[in-house]
Amino acid sequence: MPEIHVAKIAQFPDGERRIVRAGDTEIGVFHWQGRYYAYENLCVHQGGPACEGVIMHKVEDVIAADKTWSGQKFSKDEIHFVCPWHGYEYDLKTGECAADRKLKLKSFEVVKRGEDVYVVAG
Amino acid sequence: MLELPLSDFRKMAVEEFDTTKLLAHASRQAEERSYKNFPIIDVDSHHYELESFHEILEYMEDPVLQQLAMSASQATSKGNGVMPGGVGYQDMGGRVTRYPLRKIEKAEGGKHRDITLTKRWMDAMGIDLAVMFPSPMLQLGLHPQVEVEVALSRAYNRWLVERVLSHEPRIRSMLYLPFNDPEASYKMVQEFGTAKGVNGFMVTSARHRPVHHNAYMKTYALLEEMNLPLAFHAGYNWNDQAMGMMNKFISVHAIGFVFFNMVHITNWLMNGMPERFPKLKVLWIESGLAWLPFMMQRLDNEYMMRSSEAPMLKRLPSEYMRDMFYSSQPMEMTDMGALETTFRMIKADTQLLYSSDYPHWDFDLPSTIYDLPFLSEEAKRNILGGNAMRVFNLTLPA
Repeated sequence: MPEIHVAKIAQFPDGERRIVRAGDTEIGVFHWQGRYYAYENLCVHQGGPACEGVIMHKVEDVIAADKTWSGQKFSKDEIHFVCPWHGYEYDLKTGECAADRKLKLKSFEVVKRGEDVYVVAG
Repeated sequence: MLELPLSDFRKMAVEEFDTTKLLAHASRQAEERSYKNFPIIDVDSHHYELESFHEILEYMEDPVLQQLAMSASQATSKGNGVMPGGVGYQDMGGRVTRYPLRKIEKAEGGKHRDITLTKRWMDAMGIDLAVMFPSPMLQLGLHPQVEVEVALSRAYNRWLVERVLSHEPRIRSMLYLPFNDPEASYKMVQEFGTAKGVNGFMVTSARHRPVHHNAYMKTYALLEEMNLPLAFHAGYNWNDQAMGMMNKFISVHAIGFVFFNMVHITNWLMNGMPERFPKLKVLWIESGLAWLPFMMQRLDNEYMMRSSEAPMLKRLPSEYMRDMFYSSQPMEMTDMGALETTFRMIKADTQLLYSSDYPHWDFDLPSTIYDLPFLSEEAKRNILGGNAMRVFNLTLPA
């Protein structure tokens, strides 16, 4: 499996992403809370650059014990990246489409070697 | 540089924005599918006319209204205080990044910014010719002052013809009809019906005027005589009492963008307009397609029992609907079987016209049509361009 260089670890801060190319395939690599995740940069909807959009926490409704709605908040744990074309949201940690988890972006393994980060493009 | 506000008070700094880069995947689709081998006409796209509001107001003839609008525009952000509407989250909280970022996009080249930016996305998608409509003005029909709708729409139409359509043959429009004033609508067709780049006229659907009112008959007759299509462009109105019961933009958008067109098409049919104007081409824009099988079944079923209430009709309502034209976007694609049935029911091969709605949040690429598994190559090409060329009597610019 060819390994594609993503970045120097020191130059790839937590919370950022990089887009790399492996032949005709574009891969989005995310650095989030100490871990790396990589997915094909191709939205399942209309083929948009899914990995290039904003990174947003999941919005959650706050439902009280008596089932009444008391507002909204951003999730503390679930983080999404959003396709900038139409707003399709993906779980950053799984690549699943948040609105329908049967749909999923192709994922890639990310490895650290020395001072560098690589994605395994296979 | 622009900083986009994100969750948890984070921000994302963006240095530049380039539509060509944003749509690089669309360009690849265009190349892979050889769009250059056949015409693609986009019958519903948009620009943001308030970005040129100061130019448009120069074309406003009423000196008092012009001064009011200029002052309001200067005091607050563009259009505030003059345009109706307001509440809405088209940008999805900044998730659809082209909304906030368009202000930092560079558009050099000597032509009007709207021409440069429009051609940029057209070229990326492989679109040969686009029919362009305004954005905020889609709600102008809700303005409480009829004279302001007339004055603003006339200024807009004059500006559009002189500053945009006259300078770019690949951009066309169906001009805004100030429908709350039937006489002004008639005059608009008289004045602009043969102007360069004008391919017909458009009624913004979000309004409260019945389309079958006698006052409109001479306008429809004139459009029919001039062989100019009439379009009803969908829109929502969150201030409507029924819509006001909904607390989410998704709800208001999903229902609002079909609601007014449902009302208008029902009035159009039950009052026998297709029998009165058999050669008038009528186009329903931006309601998607799923509403059409519903309307056909619903109206046919009731008509069979209550035909005495619609005595002008000589055929089933659905049969008249199959003579009308529909723009494709936002095409509901979550159930391919239902979509295939819809295509059959509306005779999509001849009646459906591709539309992107770009740059709005729910735009459709040409591949939404081209990749459908149940269409022949000929049908794809008709829907993507051939049907529009026939409806609008188009020849492509060299």
